[in-house]
Amino acid sequence: MKHVLPDLPYAVDALEPHIDQRTMKLHHDMHHASYVKALNKALEEAPELQSQTAEWLLMNLNEVPEAIRTAVRNNAGGHVNHGMFWRSMDASGGGFPSGPLLAAIDRDFSGYENFKAEFEKAGTKLFGSGWAWLVVDKRGNDKLQILATSGHDNPLSSGYHPLLLNDVWEHAYYLKHENRRPEYLKNWWAITNWPEVEQRYQQFQQQEPAQSSKTPPPKIDADLKQALHETAQEQIHEVMTKREASKLVVKEKSVTSGKSHSVNGKSG
Amino acid sequence: MALTLPELPYGRSDLEPHMSRETLDYHYAKHHKAYVDNGNKLIAGTEFENMDLDDLVKKSSGKIFNNAAQVWNHNFFWNCLTPESKAPSKKLVTALIKQFGGVDDFKKLFTEVALGTFGSGWAWLVLNADGSLAITSTTGAGNPLTDGQKPLLTCDVWEHAYYVDYRNARPTYLEHFWALVNWQFVEKNLG
Ligand SMILES: [Fe+2]
Ligand SMILES: [Fe+2]
Repeated sequence: MKHVLPDLPYAVDALEPHIDQRTMKLHHDMHHASYVKALNKALEEAPELQSQTAEWLLMNLNEVPEAIRTAVRNNAGGHVNHGMFWRSMDASGGGFPSGPLLAAIDRDFSGYENFKAEFEKAGTKLFGSGWAWLVVDKRGNDKLQILATSGHDNPLSSGYHPLLLNDVWEHAYYLKHENRRPEYLKNWWAITNWPEVEQRYQQFQQQEPAQSSKTPPPKIDADLKQALHETAQEQIHEVMTKREASKLVVKEKSVTSGKSHSVNGKSG
Repeated sequence: MALTLPELPYGRSDLEPHMSRETLDYHYAKHHKAYVDNGNKLIAGTEFENMDLDDLVKKSSGKIFNNAAQVWNHNFFWNCLTPESKAPSKKLVTALIKQFGGVDDFKKLFTEVALGTFGSGWAWLVLNADGSLAITSTTGAGNPLTDGQKPLLTCDVWEHAYYVDYRNARPTYLEHFWALVNWQFVEKNLG
């Protein structure tokens, strides 16, 4: 099974003026498409994983061969996150959450206004590219929590249930808001698709008891878990950045040393 | 000592057509300046207040590191570019041949590392303590000084560096980057 780029659930200009057509087109047709393509390419080396959903891959990164694990983490994350992001927005969006979701937001954030402020803060403080999230903490009495992740890391990989996310990669807002990320985050509430988020919460509440008795919780990368359990968003970011950096350097060093070996081979 | 925003070594339109004035208006006058301003706010009244920038990068962490290292990286990046890019000198060419097989091989490998840097970060040519050269990549504000490597050349691959001019096309940005490299600055760093 090849992963496929889903169509946008609305026209490319539907979210104007909040998300301009140019940004939407690039973001979906180029960025999201590139993650789907790269995910399929990475999975060519692991035929046994080709029948799994991208969500499953994110929940079971430890089952992914190490050689392609980073590529799968980044690109399955890019694919899942963007798919969920498109559906988190709608031209008729905005307004307020309602029902059980609103009750949970009131309970865990002392009100909707306060929740919005905390979510914007998490998105603003995240250094570099990443996402701000509203999640259910399955191991924390199903409390709602705000997280920020770097790159395309998805809280599914650390046992959370995501409800809402906002993209704070520069490509998500640069053409319209330039370097003013806080302005982008503030304006985004005008198109937030709360009915969709409420439905995700409802699904979680219906499915979760059955799921937890049947399937073991996902195996969690220890660093990621530790990072996500920190409450301060900067700390989360710092830990994840260091992991990313060390991974990359390891990768690049192996590239570089491979090259210098061949150079040595030539001269020796 | 307080962080400062240095003057650019050229005019803001001088890197056109490879890098637009609009990009420099944002990248230099907004992003780079914001790192300077935020960094100064964060170090005020702390043990870091009077450190020079190299020490600040080597010794700080968290938010202070992020802002200070971004100041360092951008100061360095602007100097890596010039409107009048001239061929590298014999000394630098020799060093690149020795390590990478040739100047084109080096450019190809550096480009691969820049394109492979996931999310926001930097690609670097560095000098190791043992005198060898290497190409590395850092995420966010990461700087090779913290690994004991001396930076010789860098390319900013945060999306803000190329989105105005090239949108998502990072490879096109890299092609234009090579047209701007100040090889004489690289050689000076090599020592
Ligand atoms: Fe995105
Ligand atoms: Fe930059």
